[in-house]
Amino acid sequence: MVPLSWYIMLSAVMFSIGVFGFLARRNLIIMFISLELMLNSVNVSLVAFSHYLQSMNGQILVFFVITVAAAEAAIGLAILIAYYKNNPTIKVDEINLLKG
Amino acid sequence: MDAGTTLTIMDIRPFVPELTLLCAGLILILLDLIVKRKEIVAAVGVAGTIAALYATYKLFGYAQPQYAFFDMFVLDGYSSFFKLIFYLNLILTICISVKFMEIEKASCGEYYSLLIFATSGMMIMASAADLIVLYLGLELMALSTYILAGLTRKRHRSNEAALKYFFLGAFSSGFLLYGISLTFGLTGTTNIRDIAHAIYALNVMDSPILYLGMIFIVVAFGFKIALAPFHMWAPDVYEGAPTSITAFMSVGPKAAGFAVLGRVLFDAFGGMQVQWTSVLIPMAVLTMALGSIIALSQTNIKRMLAYSSIAHAGYMLLGVIAGTPEGLTSTANYLMIYTFMNIGAFAIVIMLRREGFRGENIEDFKGLSKSHPLAAALMLIFMFSLTGIPPTAGFVGKFYVFMELINSGYTYLAVIAVVFSAISAFFYLRIVMYMYMKDPGEEIVITTSPSMSIALAITCVMVLILGVFPSFLLNLVRYSILG
Amino acid sequence: MPGTYIPWDYVPVMIVFAFAVMIGLGALVGGLLVRPRRPYAQKLAPYESGNPPVGEPRYKFSVKFYIVAMLFVVFDVEAVFMYPWAVAFDKLGMFGFIEMMLFIFILLVGYIYVWKKGAFVWE
Repeated sequence: MVPLSWYIMLSAVMFSIGVFGFLARRNLIIMFISLELMLNSVNVSLVAFSHYLQSMNGQILVFFVITVAAAEAAIGLAILIAYYKNNPTIKVDEINLLKG
Repeated sequence: MDAGTTLTIMDIRPFVPELTLLCAGLILILLDLIVKRKEIVAAVGVAGTIAALYATYKLFGYAQPQYAFFDMFVLDGYSSFFKLIFYLNLILTICISVKFMEIEKASCGEYYSLLIFATSGMMIMASAADLIVLYLGLELMALSTYILAGLTRKRHRSNEAALKYFFLGAFSSGFLLYGISLTFGLTGTTNIRDIAHAIYALNVMDSPILYLGMIFIVVAFGFKIALAPFHMWAPDVYEGAPTSITAFMSVGPKAAGFAVLGRVLFDAFGGMQVQWTSVLIPMAVLTMALGSIIALSQTNIKRMLAYSSIAHAGYMLLGVIAGTPEGLTSTANYLMIYTFMNIGAFAIVIMLRREGFRGENIEDFKGLSKSHPLAAALMLIFMFSLTGIPPTAGFVGKFYVFMELINSGYTYLAVIAVVFSAISAFFYLRIVMYMYMKDPGEEIVITTSPSMSIALAITCVMVLILGVFPSFLLNLVRYSILG
Repeated sequence: MPGTYIPWDYVPVMIVFAFAVMIGLGALVGGLLVRPRRPYAQKLAPYESGNPPVGEPRYKFSVKFYIVAMLFVVFDVEAVFMYPWAVAFDKLGMFGFIEMMLFIFILLVGYIYVWKKGAFVWE
């Protein structure tokens, strides 16, 4: 069996890549994918902990995270498209109407 | 646990207020398809809220907390008091937005059902006894408010606000989840009370992993409450969103965030008070400083009120820092008062909005007292209250927070808070100066409606009554939280 | 512990993975070494059955696809809750059944909403 710490390290690395991608990339779609990566890294660690601790709670939370992530994706893309219709750009640096 | 033998219909009892409100939301969705007049939809929404309020009132009397769904959901005085704030927030927001959404040409039935779903999410957050339920409530609230912020689809600013709110909100909920997963991995449970027991039993109080998990959870709620340095989204979103939604967002999610912060920090991480206090104190000072100082240079009133709401979040956090149940009581008290004064102030801003005129600049308030003395007087009361000048309720709220803070031995923090409170008087009283001491530039027309008058009457009367007779609210909040 | 443990069960996976990479890279590198390379403008143009290319390769397609896809994702993912219920159906009994029907009813309200709003009207 693969030891728990490997999963936790995988999850930490995935989460860090997600955070880095969110902060460093300037394309909204890539940032969106980074967000999904963050959520999925949490799923990996939750399932690993859940299996290790023999407790179902982690896996139940994973179910909810998956469904919420789907809803979040739908709403996020809807907001993105509503934005794009008024102002066709997906570069973060050009989204600067509100500031000060 | 053996599910079949213990799950009964009586188990749902503590969940009835949320269930009532969710049903109202579903009815509104269907009603919107049939009914053309949106006022009817709004009225049904208010009726549903009052039904939920009645359910909370009927369930309030129990001395012992009631648990449901295998200890995942709790109904106690603490959550009931916060639910009262959410109901008031919802009703007042619906009242001030009926006319406004027509002017914005975004008057749709979804608006009201989304408000109701967001409020249900907040209620579930306040009642969460398990991190899973907490996450679900948070997302129900957050997803609804993302849409609400972008509801005026044709407006570029509203789109941008929704986009920023969505991305930063989703980012913060990623942190929350990671914090939950670390806490779960270390303690082996997601139940908030069991976490506290497990921390003692396993003796992991000094574990850096648990510390990291706690920090991540605090950071995630810092985002929702808009505590510095996680406040960046707030001014942009508050400015871009429709004004009625700004009023809703500046109170509801903040109160829900504090409800959860209080429960998680006191119940789950109660043994790590030294650690979390050391994180919260710099955050509180920074929040008060940034909010009060940057607000001085704003020209847009919604943006100014956004910074003011950041500063107020700093004052509210002081009650949590005090670290006693009484401190939490003072925070809850402040939140209730803040609901009235903040929604009142936004209501006046909404009144200036009319067809073809936004009325969001501070300049637009020039000489309001000459043409509309009543509106100017109301704004004066709300501004005094936000500053914290007696005999308004804002003074009472601040006074009790500072008192609990001094009782816990943080006198220097109270002094800092009073200093920033004095600084904040500059920008609140600047509005008063514009209204009373400047000549009107162009003619000011205000838009009123019966529901708006009701909302203004409620907020204004409450701000004044609670300022003069604070004991009523204080007894209620003490009874709710301290038992 | 990391370092001391070697996951023997996964060795075949690693071997297959290594072969896949080798074959892919091998074909590319081999071709690069063997083939003659004399490019000119027509040769570098994208291949469209011998016809001259028409328009941009990246064009926008209708947002209708997006709405249907989004609705599909949302309604599809909700099915994840049915599996645990199906597994524990006997234990949960009548109460679980009613709960699940309520859940499906809420989904139905959403379905009626999108239907009435005309999200399924294609033309």
